[in-house]
Amino acid sequence: MTVGFIIKCLGTMIELLIPYILTHILKNVVVTENLYKVLFWGMLMLACAGSACVCNVVANRMAARVSKIFSERMRKDLFEKTMKLSASQTDKFSIPSLESRITTDTYNVHNFIGMMQRMGVRAPILLLGGIIITMIMDSFLSLVMIAILPFIFVTVFTISKRGVPLYAGVQRSVDGMVRVVREDMQGIRVIKALSKNNYENQRYDKVNLKLSKDERRAGTIMGVVNPIMTMLMNFGITAVVAMSALRVSKGLSSPETVIAFMQYFTLISMAMMSVSRMFVMYTKCAASANRIAEVLNTPVDLEVMGADDTAVIDTDKHIVFKDVCFSYLGKTNQLENISFSLERGGTLGIIGATGSGKSTLVKLLLRFYDTTSGQIYINGRDIRTIDKDELTSMFGVALQNDFLYADTIEENIIFGRDLSHEDVVSAAKIAQADSFITSFHDGYEHLLSPKATNISGGQKQRVLISRAIAARPDILILDDSSSALDYKTDANLRLALKENMKESTIVTVAQRVSSIKDCDIIIVLDHGKIIGIGKHEHLLDTCPEYKEISDSQMGGALID
Amino acid sequence: MTRAQYNAKHNTKLDGKTTRHIIVRLGKYVFKHWYLFIPAIIFTLTSNHLSLMGPTFSGKAINAIANKNGVDYPVVWDSVIKMLICYFFSAILSYCLAVIMVHLSQRIVYTMRKQLFQKLNTLPVTYFDKTPVGDIVSHISYDIDTINSTLSHDLVQVMASSYTVLGSLIFMWHISKPMLLVFAITVPISIWFTRYKSKKVRPLFRERSRKYGELNGYAEEMLSGCPSIRAYGKENVICGRFNNRNTETMNAYYRAEYHGAALGPSVNFINNLSISLVTILGGILYMYSQSGAIAAGTLFFISLGNVAEFVQYSRKFAGPINEFANILHEFQSAFSAAERVFRILDEPSEPKDKENAVELKKVNGRVDFENVCFGYTVNKQILNNVSVKADPGKTIAIVGPTGAGKTTIINLLMRFYDVNSGEIKLDGVKITDIKRYDLRKAYTMVLQDTWLFNGTIFDNIVYGRENATQEEVEQAAKAARIDKYIESLPDGYMTKISDDGVNISKGQRQLITIARAILSDAPMLILDEATSNVDSRTEMKIQEALNELMKGRTCFIIAHRLSTIQNANCILVLQNGEITEQGTHDELLKKGGFYSTLYNSQFN
Repeated sequence: MTVGFIIKCLGTMIELLIPYILTHILKNVVVTENLYKVLFWGMLMLACAGSACVCNVVANRMAARVSKIFSERMRKDLFEKTMKLSASQTDKFSIPSLESRITTDTYNVHNFIGMMQRMGVRAPILLLGGIIITMIMDSFLSLVMIAILPFIFVTVFTISKRGVPLYAGVQRSVDGMVRVVREDMQGIRVIKALSKNNYENQRYDKVNLKLSKDERRAGTIMGVVNPIMTMLMNFGITAVVAMSALRVSKGLSSPETVIAFMQYFTLISMAMMSVSRMFVMYTKCAASANRIAEVLNTPVDLEVMGADDTAVIDTDKHIVFKDVCFSYLGKTNQLENISFSLERGGTLGIIGATGSGKSTLVKLLLRFYDTTSGQIYINGRDIRTIDKDELTSMFGVALQNDFLYADTIEENIIFGRDLSHEDVVSAAKIAQADSFITSFHDGYEHLLSPKATNISGGQKQRVLISRAIAARPDILILDDSSSALDYKTDANLRLALKENMKESTIVTVAQRVSSIKDCDIIIVLDHGKIIGIGKHEHLLDTCPEYKEISDSQMGGALID
Repeated sequence: MTRAQYNAKHNTKLDGKTTRHIIVRLGKYVFKHWYLFIPAIIFTLTSNHLSLMGPTFSGKAINAIANKNGVDYPVVWDSVIKMLICYFFSAILSYCLAVIMVHLSQRIVYTMRKQLFQKLNTLPVTYFDKTPVGDIVSHISYDIDTINSTLSHDLVQVMASSYTVLGSLIFMWHISKPMLLVFAITVPISIWFTRYKSKKVRPLFRERSRKYGELNGYAEEMLSGCPSIRAYGKENVICGRFNNRNTETMNAYYRAEYHGAALGPSVNFINNLSISLVTILGGILYMYSQSGAIAAGTLFFISLGNVAEFVQYSRKFAGPINEFANILHEFQSAFSAAERVFRILDEPSEPKDKENAVELKKVNGRVDFENVCFGYTVNKQILNNVSVKADPGKTIAIVGPTGAGKTTIINLLMRFYDVNSGEIKLDGVKITDIKRYDLRKAYTMVLQDTWLFNGTIFDNIVYGRENATQEEVEQAAKAARIDKYIESLPDGYMTKISDDGVNISKGQRQLITIARAILSDAPMLILDEATSNVDSRTEMKIQEALNELMKGRTCFIIAHRLSTIQNANCILVLQNGEITEQGTHDELLKKGGFYSTLYNSQFN
């Protein structure tokens, strides 16, 4: 980096010599009337131009290399850190915000670093070097020139600075405009059914008009910069010409100097403009850098605890919840005093209204979050004392939040694990996915689009379930993962699981009673509390809420 | 994705004929605003001319200063004042120009966006089934933005640059013809450099943008899958894959920058080269002119002021030539973007109603399907000879495995698609003979994906019937069993429904759409899996509201949950495009076919 810096300085300084030689030739060499001398100095100018170019290219390449290495590492660290944030830390940042930190913010910082290396060295040297050389040539004229510089800085800086919020406003209007378009496209059937074309057009016109207005305002203000810059620069040149007339007549300066000054002044004002732009960019970059640092400086959460006496209990049960309470933000409890235990190879069903805490319970078992109080044991060990890799290797999970990505179906099922094609196929067969996968002409090699928009909701769920069972986990978790299946497929799935996954303990979260009614233990949750626990028949007798749900879904009374 | 990345991905090279068409079509938009465009041209030329005059006056001033008999003050002051005036007005004009161009381009893109949006609303539903929303959004944002920046910036730039190049050439011709020889060296270098840039460097930068886009896409995709990745403990695998992509992207960046690093210095080099050559040649000529070897007024004579002028003009001359390739590229991007926009504008709209299409006055709600055949594509039949009769006020339920064509029936009822053969009649009239507006007005729909837009709850309900009063809206909400909830909100009916609707649960959203449907008061109703995605207790509540809505209307219901359709007057079982069973719940159970297996599977 230092070498690059030196080369860059060198290149820029050589470049500054060119107008000086120009004056020298016109003022001192021409009068000697020696053609060879003119040619000699001329060649020197050419040499300067050439070597300045070479130096700058070399330095820029080195700079590109530095910023490449830098941002590659920055992005890598940031992504790794983001992936390793705990669930609650992710919640705090929010996914969209993390996304923009990895994409937009790293891009901003990267750009700034690239620009700093290219312009950050060149501009100040041009500025300082130019001023020093002109000072040597004629300090008075130089002062005339310097007097103009603050105006250039202030104009460019203040206007650009004002421009930043204006463009942010434009961006917001764009977002608003896009939102209406998106809504309209998504609701096109409803819109057509209600014949609301005119209403939609009016709704769009409002945001369209606002966007145009904002863009016009931003454009009108930012349009000032270039004309003013050019004007100031040219006024500076004019001032130099006028002043030099006075100086030449007193014999203090020469007309040739004026020509050099015109060159230097162009260079210097351009440099000044770059410097002011850099200040504006800096504010943008600093904000981005802070946002990145915020993520990188987040402390590691959910560390594995050392095993002490309380960490192990003597039990032959596979999973034990003991007085578990949990709240996301430390205010209201999302789960309260949850206690139950489950045999190895047993099945647990969890049912309840949306927001009753079903998914939270599963997330605690996976240790996405730590309990606020109470303990969770697997094989008698407190899960907080189990190494993370060991813990995750116990589970196969199909979550409500479906995550399929742009890759083959096979790769989506394998999901970076060490599994054979046979494992994949047998899992897909159990998950009732094999038949539709093999109906694609490329079968398991079928490519999914991002978020798997090219297969139906029910098909997505079956791929996710295949993924969950492919590694034959100790504990299989199905969080509302068969809701889009029709009753028949759902029934087949449950049958297949029962036959093929005897070794696994299965936790099923569901909306449908039929999905869980055969479980060894069913938990009915309501506002984070267990309001019923036991087998299906037991719950029908003891838990009115359960009976109500069951009746509504099974069409109970009608069948009798 | 940024605009640059989007363009890098989608820009295609257009052939000459298409390009001409697009230019003509864009030209029409521009000339529609001739009262802005013509002043813009005048301002451009005047402003550039004024700024080209500057060096002439400074040359004069320098000659006056270098006068052997002492400084000629009157000439100096005169030139200085003229310089100030030229530069001042040039600046004013160029600012006015910028403002005019912003207005012009904004008027054009506003119109374009408006046309695009209006067009979208007239397109058949087919189009939206085929085209991802993201693509449409890109057209209306990125593509139009590209056109905008070209119109507001590049168009002027081209006019200004051409004038500057031509102008400075003429001025230089007048100053000294022999000195123009300098450009015999610099112009070819410029041209070579430009070609290098577009051939070698630009594809690399395009690749760089593309890679960036992919990397960002990957990061976004993986972040959305955080919980799953965490659950499987696959953070390291994913990080590894991300890092590979990251390295690839940064290598692409470096490859582009490696060659791109030459751009800035090369432009400076060409500038410096021409100054050096001007100095050498000018110096020699000046030397002999000073010594008297070249007589004043002859072809080779040159004064000190002339050299100064020439240096300044050569700078002005070189600048646009270096920029030309960039602008050309911007234009190509803009044409490519315009082509995409025009393509949408040229999409066929839904066919117009027949000339003698009837208006629907009062709808009884009798629907007949007679031997209907239909397929979305020619080679795949979805519905095969389907005949169904629905009497006014009756409920028809449609069940069947996924992909059996349930939703297709609804697409046909509303004429989102037209049948291939057979007839659909409403109250005995062929629906193709009815005005589309009236036909669709006769239905109200509640779909699985609740659709609410960004606005207040009131706006969303009143959407069903614009002229409804507050009272009517409240009544609809009450009938939909959502009134209590809405009133419990601090802002009541004026509560804003936020972007992703996080403040309102799925069930509540569905109830709001039901309120909207109730308010619209259409004689026929379509329910497409209206209660999936919600839990059972919410479902019960929705079902109550739906029962309210179904009263007295002809209903078509699609549902997986069999409990919701048991009371239908007729249940159709649709399998492989054919109706295999038809009858009431009890009849079908007795029959012991697909329906009864399906029904009993929930009790297995």
